[in-house]
Formats: sequence, C-alpha cells, structure tokens
Amino acid sequence: MIEARHLVKRFRDKKRGAVCAVNGVSFSCRPGEIYGLLGANGAGKTTILRMLATILAPSEGTAIVAGYDVAKDSHIVRSRVGFLSTATALYGRLSAQEMVEYFGRLHGLDEPTLRRRIDEIFTRLEMNDFRERRCDKLSTGMKQKVSIARTLVHDPSVMIFDEPTVGLDVMAARNIAGFIRECRDNGKTVVFSTHVMSEVEKLCDHIGIIHGGKLLAEGTLPELRARYGIHDLEDLFVKVIES
Amino acid sequence: MSLRNVGIVYRKELVDSLRDRRTVISMIVVPLLVMPLLSIGMGVLSITLVGVAMRERPKVMILGGEDSPRVMAELDQLKDVRIVPARPDYNEEILNKQIRAAVEIPEGFQAKLAAGESSTVKIYLYEGELRSGFGADRLQRFFSNLRDRIVRQRFEERQLPANLAHPFDIVQKNVAPPEKVGGEILGGLVPYFVILLCMTGAMYPAMDLTAGEKERGTIETILCSPVSRTHLVFGKFLMVLTASIATATLAIASMAASFGAGKKILLAFTNGVAGPALQISITGKAVASLFFVVLPLAVFFSAALLALSIFAKSFKEAQSYISPLMIVVVLPAVGAILPGVELTPALALVPVMNTSLVGKEIITGTYHWPLIALIFLSSTVYAGAALAIAVKLFQREDVLFRT
Repeated sequence: MIEARHLVKRFRDKKRGAVCAVNGVSFSCRPGEIYGLLGANGAGKTTILRMLATILAPSEGTAIVAGYDVAKDSHIVRSRVGFLSTATALYGRLSAQEMVEYFGRLHGLDEPTLRRRIDEIFTRLEMNDFRERRCDKLSTGMKQKVSIARTLVHDPSVMIFDEPTVGLDVMAARNIAGFIRECRDNGKTVVFSTHVMSEVEKLCDHIGIIHGGKLLAEGTLPELRARYGIHDLEDLFVKVIES
Repeated sequence: MSLRNVGIVYRKELVDSLRDRRTVISMIVVPLLVMPLLSIGMGVLSITLVGVAMRERPKVMILGGEDSPRVMAELDQLKDVRIVPARPDYNEEILNKQIRAAVEIPEGFQAKLAAGESSTVKIYLYEGELRSGFGADRLQRFFSNLRDRIVRQRFEERQLPANLAHPFDIVQKNVAPPEKVGGEILGGLVPYFVILLCMTGAMYPAMDLTAGEKERGTIETILCSPVSRTHLVFGKFLMVLTASIATATLAIASMAASFGAGKKILLAFTNGVAGPALQISITGKAVASLFFVVLPLAVFFSAALLALSIFAKSFKEAQSYISPLMIVVVLPAVGAILPGVELTPALALVPVMNTSLVGKEIITGTYHWPLIALIFLSSTVYAGAALAIAVKLFQREDVLFRT
C-alpha cells in the first residue's frame, strides 16, 4: 500500500532560487494495483517517486509506504520497496550475479535464502547464460534484466518504476511491461511514471496526471474519459494540463 | 552502527576497485615501480653524471701571466685541466660552457712572490654549474699548493719552524653512528615519499567511489537500498583507506628492498664515497613506528579526499578539486626535509609536516615519545573531523544530487 499525503518538495537552485518541484501531491495505491503518474518532462514525477523510495526527504507532508512513514522509518521503507529507473545504473565491474548478491546482502538476506532467490529470479528472467558476465559487457536488454533482478531480490511488496522503458527497444520495453503486470498479479503495489500514453492505457488501473508539481486529475481511465468527455488519452492529457 | 553493512559495502568496493586498472596502477604498480626507480635509478643516474663530470678534463683559460714564466710552465704541466688560449670574452665563454673556468694572474706575480709582496689571483667560474665548479676547484688546488710551497720555502730560508704558522690543528669528530648520519642526509625523503604515496594511493579510489558513482548513475541505485548513508560512507572510506595504506606499505617495503639491493651498486659507483649517506638502516621498529604515525594521516587523507570528491558532480570536477590539494600536501612534507627544520611542540600540530618531521626522526632512530603521542593525537582529531564532514556531506541531498 502507498499513501502519499500532501507531499511537497522544495529545492534551492542557484539560477532560479527556491523551486517547488512537488506541491501538495496526495494519492494512494492498493496492493494488486498499478498507479500511473502521467506527466511531461519536469512535471515532478521523478521527485515524487524518489520521495516514495526515500531517496529524497519531503519538505512537507509525508507518505506511508508498506505501512511505514517515509520520513520516520526510511530504512524500513527501503527494505520493502523495489525501485527501478533509468538513473539506477549497474556497477559495471561486477558480474550480474555479484550485483544482485550485493543488494540481497544489503537487504539482510541470509546466504541460503539469497542463493535460492537468485536461482529463482535468474531462471525466471532467463539470466543464467550471463550470470558470470560483467555488467559493462551486457547488452541493454540484459542490463535491464539485471536491474529487475536487483529490485526483486528481497521480494518487495511495493514496486516503484520511474520511466522504466526510456531508451529501450520494443522488445525490452515489452519485457518491462510484462514484468510490471506480473508484479501486480503477484499482489504487489505498483507505482510507475511515464509520459508514454500507450503504456498508461495498457498497464494502469489508476492514473494521476501531474503538471508543474501538482496532481491535476486522478482516477481510472474510464472515469477520466467520462469526466472530460474525451476518449483519446493524449487529448485528455493536454486538456487537463491546459485547464 | 551495523558492522555487517559496512563490511558488505567495503567488500564490494574492494572487489570493484581491484578490477579497475587505474586503481590497481595507483595502489600497487606505482609504489612498486617508483621506489626502485627513484632510489636506485635516480641514484645511479646522478652518481654516473657526477662521475662523468669529474672525469672530464675541464678547459680553462689563463689570463695574464706572461711575466710569470715559472708559474705558467707549472700550469702547463697540469694533467687534470686543458689550457686554452686566452681571449677577452672569457666571461661569455664560461657562461656558454665553452670553457669551465678562467684564472687571472696579476701583473708581476712571480716578481712579487720573490719580493715577498702580496697579490691576488682571481678565479672566474659559473657558480652552481657542476663542471665549472670542478674546473675552478682544480685551479684553486694548484694555487693553494703553490702558496703552501712558497710559505714553506720562506720559513726554510729564515730557518723558522714549519709549524710557526700552524700552532694547532682543528678536527671535527662525528659522534653520530653511521645510520644517523645517513638518516639526516636521506632520511627525510622516506617519510616524504610515504606521505605522498599515501595521498596518491587514496586519490583515485576516493574519486571513483563518489564522483565516479554519480557520473555512472549508480549513486541512486545504492541510495535505494536499505543501507544507511553513514554505513555507506564508512564502507567507502575503509576502501579508500585500504588503498592508501596498501600504497604506503608497498612503498615502504619496496623502498627498503630496493635500497638494500641498490646500496652495493651505489657504493660501487661512488667507490665508497657515498658510504655515510647510504648507511640508513630501516629497522623493523622504524617501519612499525612509521606506520603508527602515518596511519592517522592516511585516515585524514582518505576522509578528506572522500569529502571533496562527494561534493564533485563528476570525476573530472573531482580531479580539479583534488589536484591543487597535492601542492597543499607537498609543501609541508617538503618543509620537513629542509635543513634546520626540527620537530617542536608547535610543529607537531601542523598536519602533514608533523608526520614528515617525526618520520625523519624515526628513520634516524630518534624517538621523542611525547611528541609522537601529540602528533598521533592531533592527526587523529583532524582525521575524525574530515570523516565527520564526509558523513555529513553524504546526508545532504543538494550534494548527492548536484546538477
């Protein structure tokens, strides 16, 4: 379960002065649901997701993730969250297996459990052929699989994806979409951000349209279509942010 | 503090760094190669060059002396100089290194000697130029011998005892054992190199584990793991410290081994002349003590470099912060080698310089325990402060996500 309560994030910028990247955003996502944050570049999606993953601390407001407050129990929240974004790169000099092992150990898994989890995940994601290969020698698709394995190794109940398909080819993007659906089917709480309308239509149970750090509209896709009287999601998105 | 998490981070950073060619070069190859090259290579090279200069028959010019044929004839007999015809531009010739020195014999020199009158012989040289110095020395020796001979003749003519102008002898007696003499001459270089390599060993890993992580995009990956940022800094810090200590240890070992091996070669080259300077014995006690005083400095370097690198957005930016720091470290380390600079309670508080000074004393076998304790304490305080700053910076979002 994720419950964002009036999240605010302010930064100080040398050129722009005080910047409010996220301004009072509230939403919730239940287990077995996919919540999609839809917004243009710079809308504040990444900042919201970083706050949910406790990488950034909220300036105001808070969020309850997997039953824990992101501000008060950040390390417990991190142990229950799997966070994947284009900015979460791999350690190039570690092998695929070492990379996943490292994060498994940081999540406190004992060695037998870690071995079992790695075998399960590597088999499920068809990674056994390159488990000993260094990450900097892997193809983009292989790297994406290692990142997924890294987020899954501790079996988190909450998954956060920040524009996970950016820069990927069609096949790799389809694999990611399949993986996100699988997370939902396994009862995980899933939040992901994107600016790709087709991904939202295919995957999301709930949608939040974000612009200028504010959540402008929220609901299921049929609800939003009914509310704005527009079927095409792109047109709907433009209408929401222009209004 | 979870030692388990610090250990996990440290082990990963160690594996990661040991697979990085640049870290391995700065941590292992440089100390293992640089030390033998410096202690044997440079020693042999400089001794060879001096030897070649000493064996040269320097060209010298005699100015005047036409009215002193006996002196001129004796000068002509000299085997260790080559006399060239006198020319008025002898100054330029010395400066252009066409000749090494010139001597000006005053008018009526021989007649004045016979009459018992005083006169001045001038020797022209290019001061600081090795070969010119050797040429001038040989002329000086010739005229000194001539003067001594004339004094002896005059005493004999007047039937005076030879020791009339030499009522007593002055002899300097060295009370320091050979290893202390050698320590004073070369001992300052040992801690200087150890300090320098301690810093260079820590430099690359510090930049790679912080600014390098930002650049490669792995900082966000590690920040979304449950490990606390303090544990993360400690794990990274331990890796940087390992690199620093490994570099310094390899440097000391390599220096001791190459110096031991090179001593015979150097003595052979110098025909034993360099004996006192080479009588350094780096004992086990000295190595252990040197390690003891260098350890807090290595902690200080590791933490300070880590703090600086965390602040940088990229590897390149980290390099631009750290490169000028080399000068800040080298200056006090060099200060300790300068003649006359000695360890005092005030200097014991100056970071880097204190370690360099005490290291020099340890190499010569001198142990001022109260000052060693003061240095250890002050260096530990500086190291603790630098580590606290590094931890603090790693908590700051504006530092971690600087754009």
